[in-house]
Amino acid sequence: MKPDRLTTLLGGLAALGLVVGLAAAFGYAPREAVQGNVQRIMYVHVPAVLTAYLAILMVLVGSVGYLVTRRAGWDHVAGAAGELGVLFTAITIASGSIWGRPTWGTWWTWDARLTSTAVLLLVYAGYVLLRGVLADEPDRRARFSAVVGILGAVNVPIVHFSVKWWRALHQPSTILGPEPSPIAPPIAMALLVNWIAFTLLFAYLLTRRVEIARLEDAV
Amino acid sequence: MTTYARRAWIVLWKDLRIERRSRESVNALLFFALLLLFLFQFALGPDRARLEAALPGLLWLGCVLAGLVGLGRTFLVERDNDCLEGLVLAPGDKSAIFVGKLAVNVALMAAVELVLLAGAGVLYGLDLTGAAGPLALVLALGTLGLAAMGTLYGALTVQLRARELLFPVLLLPAQVPVLLATVALTQAALAGEPLAAAGPWLTLLAAADCVYLVVGMLTFEFILEA
Repeated sequence: MKPDRLTTLLGGLAALGLVVGLAAAFGYAPREAVQGNVQRIMYVHVPAVLTAYLAILMVLVGSVGYLVTRRAGWDHVAGAAGELGVLFTAITIASGSIWGRPTWGTWWTWDARLTSTAVLLLVYAGYVLLRGVLADEPDRRARFSAVVGILGAVNVPIVHFSVKWWRALHQPSTILGPEPSPIAPPIAMALLVNWIAFTLLFAYLLTRRVEIARLEDAV
Repeated sequence: MTTYARRAWIVLWKDLRIERRSRESVNALLFFALLLLFLFQFALGPDRARLEAALPGLLWLGCVLAGLVGLGRTFLVERDNDCLEGLVLAPGDKSAIFVGKLAVNVALMAAVELVLLAGAGVLYGLDLTGAAGPLALVLALGTLGLAAMGTLYGALTVQLRARELLFPVLLLPAQVPVLLATVALTQAALAGEPLAAAGPWLTLLAAADCVYLVVGMLTFEFILEA
């Protein structure tokens, strides 16, 4: 199969996954007892943040890959992942804000995870801005943004802990915590479906964006 | 290793000598720091208790702002007369240049911080001498963290047309952890608490310094490339 067909297939799978995910979020998953229907925002919020972290990881991989091999392909991956990182952190913050309004009673609060996600958004917005400024100098754009991408990624845990000690209000992490997950199986299943759908969407957008970057450099 | 240290020392010595002769950065930067103290006072009003409560934040805000103005200058002086080319052509490990430039920036920031502290003491009528020991430690660690990133991003953005805009846009979000840690530690120091009470912050700050220093040394050669 031609690579282009493969990408289209990936896009189709992502679209299918999102439809199934939507159905699972609204039809299959039960109404949450305490928060009511509002809790269904989680099926966007949590996959979005996981995808954002995946994007940041890809920026790091692409940046290191470029500095080691000096091949433009790595830079394209890093750049595309950086843009998607901004997109998915923005979706995370927006959906979290909409979720926070009815449950916490406020659109925005300086809670730990909220704040650290906002800082990540600022870091990667700067990364994308830098790439934009250097759009017509592929070599310097690749080198400089790789350095910023690496520093940004190693800063993630430092930002995470600093903001966590600064403030803590968010519900503790339920999935990645040490205890077995207290989430009801149907909710966990709906979440899993949406997570897979978001990851497929990320893979599709990344592939397309890398292809565009390759063409941009070729022109 | 000794040649490495010597290379860093040459960069530091060269910059200090340029600065001593031209007085291009230091005078204006120290004046800027003093100016900030006036601005803080005007913004917050004459209430002394309010200023005292906000002091840890104000001090570090002053450092961050002075850093925005001053930290990029070490590479700005290299832009004229193609001096950057000279640095690129200098033999040996490029990270030695980073260390030298970092030392210049730390010295510059130390001068700014002395002015900020002394100025805050005089202008806001505060006695800071009691907390001098812990405060010096926090200042040293915080300055290293701020300066390490400022040096790296300064070397990067000096080669861009949109330098004035991108330097703060890249630097400020990256400095958030150092700012949070130093403000918390300064708060503890000024309240007379032992720094051990804010132990996690001290560990975090020291760890962050190490990470920024190592990443800066490892990646600097990619920024300074022909």
